[in-house]
Amino acid sequence: MAVTIRIQTEHFDVTAETARLTAGRADIGAVVAFTGLCRDEGGRLSALELEHYPGMAEAEMSRIATEAQERWPLMGLTIIHRFGMIAPREEIVLVLTASTHRHAAFHAAEFLMDYLKTQAPFWKREHLKDGTVGEWVQAKGVDDLAAGRWV
Amino acid sequence: MKLVYFAWVRERVGKTDEDVELPTSVSTVADLVRWLKGRGEEYEYAFENEGIVRAAIDHVHVKPEASVLQAREVAFFPPMTGG
Repeated sequence: MAVTIRIQTEHFDVTAETARLTAGRADIGAVVAFTGLCRDEGGRLSALELEHYPGMAEAEMSRIATEAQERWPLMGLTIIHRFGMIAPREEIVLVLTASTHRHAAFHAAEFLMDYLKTQAPFWKREHLKDGTVGEWVQAKGVDDLAAGRWV
Repeated sequence: MKLVYFAWVRERVGKTDEDVELPTSVSTVADLVRWLKGRGEEYEYAFENEGIVRAAIDHVHVKPEASVLQAREVAFFPPMTGG
């Protein structure tokens, strides 16, 4: 099964990543794609700065990917997370899941995102339109609740 | 043992990483935090709410009661906000 996990500063292309995931396979009936984007928070933000823990971020994403494969009959998955300075409208994270049927792909994509948000060592800090560096984004209890659904 | 810090924990401590020689009184993550808080007000500030700061040993999330005796690298960081 094709598992792609990348952490990068560069942009990613959903179409190209989907083509890579399904290349040479005629048995995949469903691909679910989730793209997380940077919001401007009502015009306040000039960018989000994403910090990560190199080494652990990859390891944690691999553990999350392995768990998804154990729970659903997946034929492939892709997780790409960007770091560095990310402007509003730009993409932050991509999750692709491929399966024979849609349910496994939908559920696995949602599971992967819930766990990425609460377990993968990334932190966001706001950069404001007025040129100042804002606050570190606070973790939301609602994200922990979402991840808790899968336990 | 190497200690690494991220996000606002890193900013409060004032360094990205450091090598430390642990006293024999330190055997768990909670002991390590207690010892660090005694090293200066920057650590006191970083760990002022002990329930908030998370820890990882050699790239794996751990709880405060986890042993650090075999650890090569211990990381401290705020709750994660990626995705």
